[in-house]
Amino acid sequence: MQFGIFSVGDVTPDPTNGRVPSEHERITAMITLALKAEEVGLDVFAGGEHHNPPFVPSSPTTMLGYIGARTSRLILSTATTLITTNDPVKIAEDYAMLQHLTGGRVDLMLGRGNTAPVYPWFGQDIRMGIPLAIENYALLRRLWREDVVDWDGRFRTPLQGFTSTPRPLDGVPPFVWHGSIRSPEIAEQAAYYGDGFFANHIFWPKEHFERLISFYRRRFEHYGHGAADQAIVGLGGQVFMRRDSQDAVNEFRPYFDKAPVYGHGPSLEEFTAETPLTIGSPQQVIEKTLTFRETFGDYQRQLFLVDHAGLPLKTVLEQLDLLGEIVPVLRKELDALRPAHVPDAPTHASLVARSNELEGSTR
Amino acid sequence: MRIAVVTAGLTQPSSTRLLGDRLAAAVRDISAGRATDAEVTTVDLRDHAHDLTNHLLTGFGSAALRDVIDAVVGADAVIAVTPTFSASYSGLFKMFFDVLEDRALAGKPVLIAATGGTERHSLVLEYALRPLFAYLQAVVVPTGVYAATSDWGAGAGGLHERISRAAGELVTLLGAGTATPPPDPYDDPTPFEQLLSS
Repeated sequence: MQFGIFSVGDVTPDPTNGRVPSEHERITAMITLALKAEEVGLDVFAGGEHHNPPFVPSSPTTMLGYIGARTSRLILSTATTLITTNDPVKIAEDYAMLQHLTGGRVDLMLGRGNTAPVYPWFGQDIRMGIPLAIENYALLRRLWREDVVDWDGRFRTPLQGFTSTPRPLDGVPPFVWHGSIRSPEIAEQAAYYGDGFFANHIFWPKEHFERLISFYRRRFEHYGHGAADQAIVGLGGQVFMRRDSQDAVNEFRPYFDKAPVYGHGPSLEEFTAETPLTIGSPQQVIEKTLTFRETFGDYQRQLFLVDHAGLPLKTVLEQLDLLGEIVPVLRKELDALRPAHVPDAPTHASLVARSNELEGSTR
Repeated sequence: MRIAVVTAGLTQPSSTRLLGDRLAAAVRDISAGRATDAEVTTVDLRDHAHDLTNHLLTGFGSAALRDVIDAVVGADAVIAVTPTFSASYSGLFKMFFDVLEDRALAGKPVLIAATGGTERHSLVLEYALRPLFAYLQAVVVPTGVYAATSDWGAGAGGLHERISRAAGELVTLLGAGTATPPPDPYDDPTPFEQLLSS
């Protein structure tokens, strides 16, 4: 079981004092959080990709490369990489390069992006989001798996005799997760290829994601990658902790009330009842997080959103200290409950081992 | 046979709700004695105003609102009643139809009705409600029912006649079975090879 954090990279005023961090402060704060994540024993840092204010992370591999150079164990991932508006050739090149620089500590979570104007800014059309995600990913897979690619598709200039460099580290492409909030087509895509499926989970009731994940599991089995309970599932979560649960509620409420996504809407109490958001003591977060497995089955990756809504860096670092305390408990509990036939999330090492096995068996 | 009445009246008691009740009673009377009697669920949107705002802001409705949406979307026919505000349906009325999924009302028989202070606003049915439900691909009965304040007094005979005619049309449409629920993408997915080659 992997645990980590995912960051959107929003620049949001602190609602308690109106202070707005500069872009530079926000970028360096994200780096500080990633380094801290490794320090407290988390496994994954995933950064968002955005091309519009108030978000800073427009250049994910630059940021992840820097984090990779200053960490030794942390898996670097994305939340999400825009498979619709990025050129798949550039994704193939950038993430293969990142693999080499970090010794394979890289995977990707692909998403379509739901900011309509980003599409025309990059020469695309949001109405073609699903076909773009399907065609671009089909090309990305070939670029990583075939040394020389001829390609002719709907959305990109054709390629003749093209080799994407560097080739993936050890000949093994990074593992790919497909993230979606509401598209069965994307769950179908993940199932077809035997890739991972990540449900953002955090802003909506669990019933919605339950449907999407059970669909992905069913189709994973349909396409012959294993049993439904062996499909690779990741989930988001959102927490704010203090030793005393009432302190957590009091401190987080002003951030909740004005947060960009749900602010000025439901009360904190309504939202915590309906979504994975947990505000309380470390023990309460452990208990709520354990319910995710009951809803979605044994899963492989849990990412928490902790740095948003204008929370100051110092507070978020304290959250990471607390995550460092609860993750070993969650890891132990969830690992003990998981049947032996349910796999861990693929890593570079496990994918290399599998590729060697396959090569050995065909020789 | 399930009938959902959606009313956007704001006061209690409300003449908009009263009109909804009269329409539902007329539908029940006309369909009485048929194979299945009408079972009526009435939704006062006033009770869900905060949840509707929250739905617009967060993208999901509370459990209570989800139940109400399921009742309306799952009904065999809908009676939709709004007060006339600023020459149109009220904002609260529109919010409810804004949070439904695409095609949720496609093919569904709908009776449109409105209330207003004077009969000068009666074309709100033809110029605001009918186009809204045409866009939602619902099948709207030919007779819309508008009730002005005066209709509740001396002119009530005309209102009663319009209610009966519209209710009769709705029951006739119900017999035609026009509603076809949209295909469920989870139960009936497009195979990936087809997505790849399209």
